[in-house]
Amino acid sequence: MSVPSRRTTVAVIGAGHSGLAVSHRLGAEGIDHVVLERGQVAHSWRTQRWDSLRLLTPGWMNRLPGLADPLLGPAEADEFLTAAQVASLVAGYADVIAAPVHDNVEVYRVSPGQNGFLVETSAGPWTAEHVVLATGSVRGVVPTLAADLPPGLPSVHAIDYRRPSRLPPGGVLVVGAAASGVQIAAELQASGRQVTLAVGEHVRVPRRYRGRDIFAWIEEAGILDERWDELEDVTRARRLSSFQLVGGTTTLDLNTLQEAGVRVVGKLAGLRDGSALFSGSLANLAALADLKANRLLSGIDQTFGGTGERLEPTRVPEPLLSLSLTSGEIGSVVWATGIKPDHGFLDADVFDHKGAIRHHGGITDLPGLYVTGLPVLRRRRSTYIDGARDDSADLVEHLSQHLATPARRTAG
Amino acid sequence: MTETTVDNGVNVEALLGARAALQETPEAAKFTWRATNTWVKGTHSKSKVEGFFGLGEEQEAGRSFESDGDHPPQFAADNQGPTPVETVLVALGGCLTAGVAAVAQQRGIQLNSVTATIEGDRDIRGILGADADVRNGFTGVRVNYSIDADASPEDVEALVAQSQKRSAVFDILTNPTAVSVSVS
Repeated sequence: MSVPSRRTTVAVIGAGHSGLAVSHRLGAEGIDHVVLERGQVAHSWRTQRWDSLRLLTPGWMNRLPGLADPLLGPAEADEFLTAAQVASLVAGYADVIAAPVHDNVEVYRVSPGQNGFLVETSAGPWTAEHVVLATGSVRGVVPTLAADLPPGLPSVHAIDYRRPSRLPPGGVLVVGAAASGVQIAAELQASGRQVTLAVGEHVRVPRRYRGRDIFAWIEEAGILDERWDELEDVTRARRLSSFQLVGGTTTLDLNTLQEAGVRVVGKLAGLRDGSALFSGSLANLAALADLKANRLLSGIDQTFGGTGERLEPTRVPEPLLSLSLTSGEIGSVVWATGIKPDHGFLDADVFDHKGAIRHHGGITDLPGLYVTGLPVLRRRRSTYIDGARDDSADLVEHLSQHLATPARRTAG
Repeated sequence: MTETTVDNGVNVEALLGARAALQETPEAAKFTWRATNTWVKGTHSKSKVEGFFGLGEEQEAGRSFESDGDHPPQFAADNQGPTPVETVLVALGGCLTAGVAAVAQQRGIQLNSVTATIEGDRDIRGILGADADVRNGFTGVRVNYSIDADASPEDVEALVAQSQKRSAVFDILTNPTAVSVSVS
């Protein structure tokens, strides 16, 4: 005996900004759909962000299709929303566009079948002609060597970190120097703890350049609109760590962190006999990041004329190659080592050998299956909330041209 | 517009083709490198390099290289070859310079000359057992490049930085490696 399944033309999985933008486009095309959400709208913004986090991107980059400007705050202001404000923005957006969200519905399994897809959920099964995966990057990644941490040493991934007082007493080893790592390191050091920051490959940019926010320049230079299929190495672009930035007007980099007292060490390369071993490659990684940052600034000058100040070279401290994790100096470890999507519920042959979903600008090899809300999905802008506008338009255009029958559309 | 041909003697197309192919067949990318070493006398030994495993099979054709390792008279030795630690410096220089050439080729930069000086500092009380707190290996390694290329100083710096990022020996020296030694 089986439970009769409900039918829909499109099942959108995930009610974050990406899934909702797709929902808005589908609604505008009169395409019948549902948005299935494991928790509440903007779930990960409510449950997987630390208290002090602000967006890296200024307020004018919070554009969403079908949402009037007033919900966003002044479009020109360099205003950086907190996680709670993003959750409110996205929840307000769901209301404004009247998205057909089914909340607290967990998707157990999505599998291709005779007539589209079977979507098995905690609220029973659905059949859908098309499925759009919009679950975002919700899984904290830790390196395999994390298993070798000394027993009893507490560790937490950045998505589960909330505030300094939640960590046990003592110094903190923060692993990773992308946006999360440098922000958490700064906050912990300011709270009176000695932070050691392990730095691998990172992307340094100044918060402001020639009197403007860096994203204003990147936007005007057209960099955010560079398409995925025109990039020299899209695989690399997609796995590049986030800009070393904090929302606001101040620059946060390895120099400012060292001025605040943070001890900067190389990439965490191993754990042996209770000690962390750090790579001796820090000087080169700092040099690579400095060169790349200055190339960006030179490119801005060439595009717009004029010149600005180049970045002060990253100060590389005397190398520290190992640190005991059992002496009591280090009381906890924070993994700021990235986030990835979790498409484990998808039962279909669409994954590459590294377990990532194979797609061409969000269109998978399985007809009817789409993915969105991933870094550099269709353009560099896709990495940010601001990417949902164009990505949703492109994907829904593709989808609408592949409807089984126009009759699947409703009157809207 | 004039077309200039950059030729550093590196077949970048073949390397990029291999990279693309190996992304699809990661098994073929697993290589095992090998050397044999035979004691001669005192601290003098001879090393030989011939075949290796890679691209899914044994690769043996047309390779046989020998080198000597020894120590200088200051170590009461016969000076029949470079010390093993100098061979490590040689390996680092060889690896980084190969990388400089390959990256330059890919970036369309003509190299005219490339010279590197590689220095490693050691406190030999470590190997002599004179002070248990002193490490056996290098306390630091410095590499200095002099490069004449048709490129800006920033582009040359970027070449050298990228070469380090892609270098096997740089990685071997900067990161820990598990080593097991057995006796048969």
